[in-house]
Amino acid sequence: MEYSNLRRQIVFMKKNLFDQGYLDEQFNQLEDLEDESSPNFLEEVVALFFKDSSRLLTNIEQATDKYPQDFYKLDSLVQQLKGSGSSIGALRMKNECSVFKANCNDRNLEGCRRSLQKIKREHATLKQKLESYFQLLRQVGPRDYAVSSRK
Amino acid sequence: MSTTTVPEPHVLAVDDSIVDRAVISRLLRSSKYRVTTVDSGKRALEILSLDRNVHMIITDYCMPEMTGFDLLKRVKESAELKEIPVVLMSSENSPTRIRRCLEEGAEDFLIKPVRPSDVSRLCSRVMK
Repeated sequence: MEYSNLRRQIVFMKKNLFDQGYLDEQFNQLEDLEDESSPNFLEEVVALFFKDSSRLLTNIEQATDKYPQDFYKLDSLVQQLKGSGSSIGALRMKNECSVFKANCNDRNLEGCRRSLQKIKREHATLKQKLESYFQLLRQVGPRDYAVSSRK
Repeated sequence: MSTTTVPEPHVLAVDDSIVDRAVISRLLRSSKYRVTTVDSGKRALEILSLDRNVHMIITDYCMPEMTGFDLLKRVKESAELKEIPVVLMSSENSPTRIRRCLEEGAEDFLIKPVRPSDVSRLCSRVMK
């Protein structure tokens, strides 16, 4: 009974992440790459993303505060963040990065700063939600959830 | 009766993003390829000078110092390396960039995020 409840929670949580636009299909594609040799691939690559993206966000913040602004460098840093976000299916983050890039293109520093705050909020929210998701998955055990949890 | 084990094809994956290296590596390994990942074109050329047993190079386009395009040119200009198929990847879908790479001898140009179907299609075509 407890196991079924956990599975239902996982399915519901994942569906919410997709319905609310936090994740896109790339997340499922990565989950499908898990097998006996790499049973935790998705969680590992997501952990890599959050470690790397935290570093990038710090660099972006520093670059935003620098004077004179180097919009080319800012754009390059955000492009890296957008790229790796896209690789794990972090849809909202990817979209906010696009807004940031548009502000860079317009040389709109205030716009860049607003975008950065939004990106940081999305980053923190996604991290919290995925930590909860993977915590539940660990309780269920490897791969039992995969078939029923697909959107 | 003896059996001969066919070695797995060896792919060199080049990307400055640690996340993308993990993803492309997993995609290729799940298709039964041996994968070496490096974070720069410079490192890729070092590997290629030491190990000629590379069946395909798959590289990100946007990398600092040496872009994927620069790496492609270096490979195609080398008598020892020019036969190795090179595939470029980028999150930017730029027709100009794609055309430039294909004209320079790239086998294919993948738009990120790279999917399992991209790798299957690519490997069956390029690695024959």
